[in-house]
Amino acid sequence: MIAIIDYDMGNLRSVQKAFEHIGAEATVTREAKVIANASHIVLPGVGAFKECMKNLEAYDLIDPILKATASGKPFLGICLGLQLLFEESEEHGFGETLKGLGIIKGRVKGFTPTPGKGLKVPHMGWNSIKKKKDSQLLKDIDDDSFFYFVHSYYALPTDEAVTLTTTDYGIDFTSSIESDNIMACQFHPEKSQDVGLKLLKNFKDLD
Amino acid sequence: MLTKRIIPCLDVKNGRVVKGVSFVELRDAGDPVEAAVAYDAQGADELVFLDITASHEERKTIIDIVERTAANIFMPLTIGGGINTIDDIRALLHAGADKVSINTAAVNNPDFIREASERFGSQCIVVAIDAKKKKDGAGWEVFTHGGRTETGLDVIEWARRVTKLGAGELLLTSMDEDGQKNGYDLALTRAVSEAVSVPVIASGGAGNLTHLRDALIEGKADAVLAASIFHFKEHTIKEAKEYLTGEGIPMRPNTPA
Repeated sequence: MIAIIDYDMGNLRSVQKAFEHIGAEATVTREAKVIANASHIVLPGVGAFKECMKNLEAYDLIDPILKATASGKPFLGICLGLQLLFEESEEHGFGETLKGLGIIKGRVKGFTPTPGKGLKVPHMGWNSIKKKKDSQLLKDIDDDSFFYFVHSYYALPTDEAVTLTTTDYGIDFTSSIESDNIMACQFHPEKSQDVGLKLLKNFKDLD
Repeated sequence: MLTKRIIPCLDVKNGRVVKGVSFVELRDAGDPVEAAVAYDAQGADELVFLDITASHEERKTIIDIVERTAANIFMPLTIGGGINTIDDIRALLHAGADKVSINTAAVNNPDFIREASERFGSQCIVVAIDAKKKKDGAGWEVFTHGGRTETGLDVIEWARRVTKLGAGELLLTSMDEDGQKNGYDLALTRAVSEAVSVPVIASGGAGNLTHLRDALIEGKADAVLAASIFHFKEHTIKEAKEYLTGEGIPMRPNTPA
């Protein structure tokens, strides 16, 4: 059973429906016990970093997430669910930084809009990935495959070895990571049609 | 490289696609879910449902359509029309929509944009701007209620303002060109696209594939919205992508590279 962590931030139904579509059993939950008993754990998330951290605290979900990532079970962060894994974010920081879960070393930084070069913020739409290492998560997914992105911030891992793919948006940013059992993607596999469903199936097939 | 997007738009009234679609053989040409599935198969980059249902009671049908669509297709879905409250947005996002498009409610209460984007994130708040050329020819004015109500707002100033308030994307429709099939208003599209740092979707006037190209190159739009040229078999999404790729515009290929 895949547990999709529900902390009242955004569109969880799409993630659940996508897993159901590939024949996985997926439940949307905020109960520590359900998360602890799941075989796979997914941390989705859209919206604002600060709100997300606030809600994770309010629903007592930080401890279950730390336990899940330490358990060795396959764990997948999606979009803000990737950014939250890092130590801190400059989102709405105005100099102050926001504290993240600190599971992966590094920080989260904003894109700089440069409309002259066509670089709008948010980075919104279909963009391609370059693989930086081999992974079961990307099995049968080609280099240069297109995924759907929508975000204004990106992660800068301290250890470059966690970077699984990069994507070009003015700079080559880390568009997915993998560190042992902990995986996360900045793009939305649940919105990336067939190639996205393939990635979710690869995740489901991990044990 | 980020690609430009082609976004078919379906007008939905009381749960049915207005005028239907005929670009593929559907069992039910008026069923928005069937049309969405067919566009998904064609390789559309996103989908927009514009709900033009008049009465509030019947608006529940759109929630049901969004739920059924989200269970069948896995691509970004935007819903516009009649969104007035935070609860309206929550219900649509919860049903499986990725973005909502706000028009009249934003004009009536600009603070609604700020409230909505703070609550749900800018990435899901699209502000729809219906623009008409000013009578004196100096720029464009914002209209609401399908182009019937003038607001006195200047389009460029309004675009800048809603972006500051938290809009993550603008859906810009030329009311002068809408339905004319003579091409998008390129001066309008370009002026707005250059004035803001968020993506702009050009809408209103697409009659052929050259029009899509012009909006993306000369209009500097990030995406093009079109309805009738795709709904009635004039062109397929695939043809459009092949043509635009040939014109040097970055497009997502229909099959993975």
